[in-house]
Amino acid sequence: MESILTINNLTKKFGYLTAVKDLSFTINKGNVYGILGPNGSGKSTTLGIVLNVVNKTEGNFHWFDGNTTTHDALKRVGAIIERPNFYPYMTAEQNLRLVCRIKDVDQSKIAEKLDIVGLLDRKDHKFKTYSLGMKQRLAIASALLNDPEILILDEPTNGLDPQGIHQIRQIIKDIANNGTTILLASHLLDEVEKVCTHVVVLRKGEKLYSGRVDEMISSHGFFELKAEQHDALINVLETSTSFGNIKIEDQLITAFLNEPMDAKTFNQLMFDKGIILSHLVKRKESLEEQFLQLTDKN
Amino acid sequence: MLRLLQLELQKLLLNRASKVLIFISFILPFFVIILSSLRINFFGFFVLELGHYGLFNFPIVWHITTFFASQFKFFFAIVVVSMIGNEYSNKTIKQNLIDGLSKKEFILSKFYTIIFFSAVATILIFIICLCIGLYYSSISEPHLIFRELEFLFAYFLKLVGFFSLCLFLGMLVKRSAFALAFLFVLFILEWIIYGILAWKIDESTADKIQNFFPLKSMYKLIDQPFQRIAISKAPNGQDFMYDFAVHWYEIAIVMGWTAIFIFLSYRLLKNRDL
Repeated sequence: MESILTINNLTKKFGYLTAVKDLSFTINKGNVYGILGPNGSGKSTTLGIVLNVVNKTEGNFHWFDGNTTTHDALKRVGAIIERPNFYPYMTAEQNLRLVCRIKDVDQSKIAEKLDIVGLLDRKDHKFKTYSLGMKQRLAIASALLNDPEILILDEPTNGLDPQGIHQIRQIIKDIANNGTTILLASHLLDEVEKVCTHVVVLRKGEKLYSGRVDEMISSHGFFELKAEQHDALINVLETSTSFGNIKIEDQLITAFLNEPMDAKTFNQLMFDKGIILSHLVKRKESLEEQFLQLTDKN
Repeated sequence: MLRLLQLELQKLLLNRASKVLIFISFILPFFVIILSSLRINFFGFFVLELGHYGLFNFPIVWHITTFFASQFKFFFAIVVVSMIGNEYSNKTIKQNLIDGLSKKEFILSKFYTIIFFSAVATILIFIICLCIGLYYSSISEPHLIFRELEFLFAYFLKLVGFFSLCLFLGMLVKRSAFALAFLFVLFILEWIIYGILAWKIDESTADKIQNFFPLKSMYKLIDQPFQRIAISKAPNGQDFMYDFAVHWYEIAIVMGWTAIFIFLSYRLLKNRDL
């Protein structure tokens, strides 16, 4: 698979503080990646290093096949970090024209990209008159100007109202559907869960996990169960080797699977034993639960 | 190079504040010079016509106008300092780099702009001097007209050097107002060091050392023309003769400072985490 970004043993120290510690991962073409981690886990620092604004202490990284300089590679990348930064006295269109000059791309795309983010009718308004949501959308339009091979987004929905968050997510999903590689840094887990196929989990600058979202923890999922014959059900679950941990909250029983089993088979099994379930849900751990398990374990 | 210059010009010319300052710094001195070259009648009491005093004769006109015009450089210095300060306060410097501008290109785009505006200012002053000079002077042979044209070159270098210093100070402190304050501090510092040197060693050695200081060396490129005017008027003027010429070593010192300031600006940016 074609790699877009390769990071090897990257370390960044700010004085005594180690913001990124010996980090390695690879971003491949066509996937949607999430970088997860609590605040201050080194997400933005890592992105800052590969985006040429933060100097690395040790290690190395390269874009694409490694034969281009970082700033030339960045012309093929679209990136937004933290908050939208534009010249307040220029209009949206003028700002984008400036970005076109920097990226060495034709100015014909400006209208098209403004249309994607729904700002075409406001293109002649000054940037300083924009709301935060509009600013963030303009930043996305700006990042798309060169039809980037990878789009990097750092906390793109930070500080937005629910409508704004929804708009941005929809735009990201549309872009992902077009086959653009996306790298999304966020501490909002449901955000990552909704759009990402792969994750890199960071804590205190160290990598805890990198790989597919659904393989983050080795788990076969769990059942949520309710039944009239409460004690009998518990008894069956506890004697079965298919189940490991069993949690009981009021009438709701949560049974974690040791081996794969689908809901239909389980229901049949219970019925054979004379237990009639009034509630049966099979679920996998949400990203949040997986994330907490992962960060607790270490 | 053209791309970098276009980039910076767009940033400057769409900003109303810098547009006004650029206008003041380049257009105003020429108005002042043109006005002063006109006959000014003070309500019938007396007529002031500087041209009568031979101030606008070739070749002294090159010396006088470049000296006075360079006093207006401070307005453009504000522009230079604020074009760095704004990049930091809007965080657009970060965005520029992320968009694919290299740190070297960022500094170069500022430096090219400095050269561009200095060149425009020099060309404008050349045209105006020529017009005024031709009007007042009876000289018409080209080789006499273009004598002492080195003042024009010195003027250009002086602007480039001074603005490079402003660029460096802007990069150093990131805030426009503080950078201008630093400029003033540097000015005072140069005089304090001069004072100490003159006190500890002697005045002539201190003079020589002071000519290597950044601000003083730029000032020294075009010496004050007052004494020269006096010499041309006074009956035994040759007694007050002084060295007002533009020397190669003065040029070399200013060029050296310019190179140092631009290089240091680049180093600062390179080593900084944004």
